[in-house]
Amino acid sequence: MIALSDYLILAAMIFILAVAGIFLNRKNLILILMCIELMLLAVNMNFVAFSHFLGDMTGQVFVFFILTVAAAEAAIGLAILVVLFRNRRTIKVEDLNSLKG
Amino acid sequence: MPFDAANLITVLPEIAILITAAAVLILDLYLKDKDRDIIHTLTLIGLLVAIGLTGAVGGGERQVVFDGNVVRDAMSDLLRGAILIVSLFGFVYARPWLKDRGLFVGEFYVLGLFAVLGMLIMVSSNSFLTLYLGLELQALSLYALVAFDRDSNKGAEAAMKYFVLGALGSGMLLYGVSMIYGATGSVEFGPVAQAVAEQGMDNTVLVFGIVFLVVGIGFKFGAVPFHMWVPDIYEGAPTPVVLLLGSAPKIAAFALAVRMLVDGLAAIHADWQGMLVILAVLSMGLGNLVAIAQTNIKRMLAYSTISHVGFLLLGLLAGSAQGYAAAMFYAIVYAAMAAGAFGILLILSRRGFDAEQLDDLKGLNERDSWYAAMMALLMFSMAGVPPTVGFMAKLLVLEAVVRIDLVWLAVVAVIFSIIGAFYYLRVVKLIYFDKPVEGLPRLSTSGGVRFAMTLNGLSMLALGVFPAGLLGLCQNVFA
Repeated sequence: MIALSDYLILAAMIFILAVAGIFLNRKNLILILMCIELMLLAVNMNFVAFSHFLGDMTGQVFVFFILTVAAAEAAIGLAILVVLFRNRRTIKVEDLNSLKG
Repeated sequence: MPFDAANLITVLPEIAILITAAAVLILDLYLKDKDRDIIHTLTLIGLLVAIGLTGAVGGGERQVVFDGNVVRDAMSDLLRGAILIVSLFGFVYARPWLKDRGLFVGEFYVLGLFAVLGMLIMVSSNSFLTLYLGLELQALSLYALVAFDRDSNKGAEAAMKYFVLGALGSGMLLYGVSMIYGATGSVEFGPVAQAVAEQGMDNTVLVFGIVFLVVGIGFKFGAVPFHMWVPDIYEGAPTPVVLLLGSAPKIAAFALAVRMLVDGLAAIHADWQGMLVILAVLSMGLGNLVAIAQTNIKRMLAYSTISHVGFLLLGLLAGSAQGYAAAMFYAIVYAAMAAGAFGILLILSRRGFDAEQLDDLKGLNERDSWYAAMMALLMFSMAGVPPTVGFMAKLLVLEAVVRIDLVWLAVVAVIFSIIGAFYYLRVVKLIYFDKPVEGLPRLSTSGGVRFAMTLNGLSMLALGVFPAGLLGLCQNVFA
């Protein structure tokens, strides 16, 4: 029997992987978009695991909403990426330096 | 379970905004360029109707509807009104700028209205689910708005940064929510608060969740150390968009924090207080110090935002009804100040020229003394000079902090706000004592813009001299 903690650890690992991917990656913006999706999927796994072990449906309903929002988010992210590529002809993260924060 | 139509009455303001946005979206398809003004008028009418409806459905007992997901209480009434009014000003200021640049299109209004809708949903949410959906509706609309000037190199980069960091912030928040769901077994604030009160801090999952929640809140507020996106977005985004995302969303972020921390997790206030202290001190310090070094006024206002967020957090971390009321007062007042300051920048811009550098404000008094006076009032208010409202707001949060015996924190706040006064007063000096650059045309603005700016500027003075009305409303919320 797989315990709740196993699911949580797996989700935490995926989450950390995603956050690390966002910060460490200097080459490609598409990878960052993928990491954002991965982050939301880690959260989904958390919700489903909790929902199952609590015997409560709310968590699974929440997951449906997150999936929908994630789809919208990906659409906006890719649209911004297209605008960026048209203006700059590059999607390298290290080239995003005309504004220095 | 049957659906009760009475539920819909409490969300009438949201419905009004949704209908307006949908109408603008469709109407825009059939309008010729010269008739676009209809869209502007329609948007303003929609916002006014929503303000009216907020007043009409507001007041009275707290109502929880939609199976406990939506709430209408004194807080949602007041903040809905504030968000709608500030956004109304934003749309009025934005029109001339958009027209000058050929960007006067329906998309700006549609996305702006959807962002407003998202904020309204946030303030009237009673569960993590509604809160998250409102937050994302607001954030997704704003990401798109930042990239709205398609040929702008900086705009696209700013949008990308905003998108990535905003999504990261949402992800953190959501991870925290999933932990809290796991620890308490519910996503509604009422049951969550009950479960948290029973368990206290013994539950590791809960502690974990709260840390992520506070990080998410920090991202959404732009508090240090989660502030990296703020200056870049303010500099890169088109000024009207900065106006929209720098003013009303601060009120919504305040609502987000109060709904989660106070409605949901008030029982373990001692634990999130420490985290907020760190965020507040760092924000006030870094915001005020770095703002001094800026020559770009949009960047300067970005760092000033960060420092104001620090002050706002002071009120929140106090954990008393008085502190929450003070923070709410601060949030509303700050939104009005930010709207006014960016409004002035929009007024100073014209075809082919954006007022972005501090030097662009030089000698504003000689070009138009009335706008100069309004800008001076706004700057005095941001600096916290009596008798403007900025002073009252700062005084109230400091009082709340002193009341809970965190005197050192109040002292730190005062020191940083004195340092901060320097760069606001420098703007006043540029306006009144420096000569304007030769050959600039006189400022020409429509009557509507002048009226709105007058109202906005004088309200700083009026609210500062007579703060009792707004303050009373804020205190009533947490009474």
